[in-house]
Amino acid sequence: MFIIGELINGMYANIAEALKKKDKSIVQECALEQIQAGADALDVNCGPASKNAASDIQWLVEAIQEVTDKPIALDSSKPQVIESGLKAIKNPVIINSTTSDPEKLEVLVPLAKQYKAKLIGLTISAKGIPQNKDQRLELAANIVAFCADCAFPIEDLYLDPIVLPVNVAQSQMNDILEAIKEFKIISQPSPKTIVGLSNVSQGTCVRALINRTFLTMAAAFGLDAAILDPKDKDLMDALSTAELILNKQIYCDSYLDAYRRK
Amino acid sequence: MATELALEKWPGQVSTVQIGATKKEGGSRAQTISVGGQASLPCLFKEGVLPNRPVIAFEIWDIQPSDWPDELINPYKDVSGDPLAWAEKCVNSYQAQIVALRLQGTHTDFGDKNAEVSAKLVNRLIEAVAAPLIILGSGDDAKDNLVLPACSQAARSQRCLIGSAVQDNYKTLTAAALADGHNIIAESPIDINIAKQLNILISDMGLPLERIVINPTIGALGYGLEYAYSIMERARLAALAGDKTLACPFIAFVGQESWRAKEARSATSEFPGLGSESERGIIWETLTAAALIQAGADILVMRHPKAIDNIRKYIDNLWTNEGQG
Repeated sequence: MFIIGELINGMYANIAEALKKKDKSIVQECALEQIQAGADALDVNCGPASKNAASDIQWLVEAIQEVTDKPIALDSSKPQVIESGLKAIKNPVIINSTTSDPEKLEVLVPLAKQYKAKLIGLTISAKGIPQNKDQRLELAANIVAFCADCAFPIEDLYLDPIVLPVNVAQSQMNDILEAIKEFKIISQPSPKTIVGLSNVSQGTCVRALINRTFLTMAAAFGLDAAILDPKDKDLMDALSTAELILNKQIYCDSYLDAYRRK
Repeated sequence: MATELALEKWPGQVSTVQIGATKKEGGSRAQTISVGGQASLPCLFKEGVLPNRPVIAFEIWDIQPSDWPDELINPYKDVSGDPLAWAEKCVNSYQAQIVALRLQGTHTDFGDKNAEVSAKLVNRLIEAVAAPLIILGSGDDAKDNLVLPACSQAARSQRCLIGSAVQDNYKTLTAAALADGHNIIAESPIDINIAKQLNILISDMGLPLERIVINPTIGALGYGLEYAYSIMERARLAALAGDKTLACPFIAFVGQESWRAKEARSATSEFPGLGSESERGIIWETLTAAALIQAGADILVMRHPKAIDNIRKYIDNLWTNEGQG
């Protein structure tokens, strides 16, 4: 599974402080620790407190690029912040994210094409959060169709079914898992699938357990990528074991070590 | 109707292992041979780069082989008691690219030669031929742990390929290969899980994965070839999908396995229906090698010069007609 580390986010105190003091070393350490723990890419989000996200995101990107050439996911709901981040990008890049709304798609899909970026598409629109599998599929199909019309490569599109907290939307969990599987049959070649994992456990008191249980189940439904905390060792070990059981990696006695150093 | 090839793009690549150090690199080999480096499944020339052709190593022994049938020993009859002359004949008469010295005589059942004698032989072999070398123990773990480190040291800086490390006995050999700048053969008993585990254990000692060659253990035609094939295919698929712990080139002991087959070694009088013994063994070794090239073998350790000649032509044909070679 393609792992995007979620820890470079201004909502965390250390990154907020780094942004405030313009201390690159905190960001760089956080980047390297996540890669060491198994991240294939790094999510970058300035956080809600950032007053000038357009320049903050550039500063974060530049700090990270000094220590790694791993892909960077530019995470903002504002297209102009993403566009600003793209101007500073040298590493491979992922746009996180567009919704199904035309005004987002019309800006972000051409940008993704221009910068050869992968694109995360949230199955959500201005009308609100989808309430079942069919609404998710409809929104997904809309994003896929838009991308196809723009000749954006569908295999670079990552569809997110919108994971809701289990304590809020328990009845939707099965629909979310099934959507992961069914997104694949929207087109050929298939779009990829992604989740922002930690949302599933928001507000619960056993967050780590819920996160890793959901992730292993999602893996079994064919999930391609996840945004998560790679430093959660139990989570990464559970994922590695799930991939073993799904025959996606070859067993050996040290398979956990082998996965960690992939 | 034109057929469109379905081409796969793989994220992983097999590592490239270099065998033999030239004078410039601190050794005295005439050339360096590179193996591995593939970015696609074997012989899919249109799919991804296949930068190196399979190479053939001539197997020679430090003693007169007692169990080689007449047809196999005949080409080497004049030299088979003398490993230096044998090596020279392989290089000079048969243009061997690599010489693989098996120290069978160090085995307690085959003469029990000691480490010092073997190290001296390796020294003299380095003087006698300039081809890159493979140095093989006898498979007696305790003896190999004495003999191979001495030979490794004797061949220091020549960047040989030394083997074999096995799951229960890899530390001594790995330490020697690390100290003396050699590559190592990691042998597993037709078992991909052990192959992967052993590579991890060896690399944990500090020897890079890029200096490991996997001996997956093969069976000859009719004797488990298809099991070896499936293990090699699985390892290669994992490697191309990005599993670095399995992304090593393969070495296949084709001669050893082929000439154990009844069909290769029996006298015509014993099995008249099988045809002439002067042809059977060569055919068996040739077919086993050809199938293993299709399975992804990078180094073929072979014995009969005629079989080797057949396989050279086979490789030339395949690479010249199909590939980039």
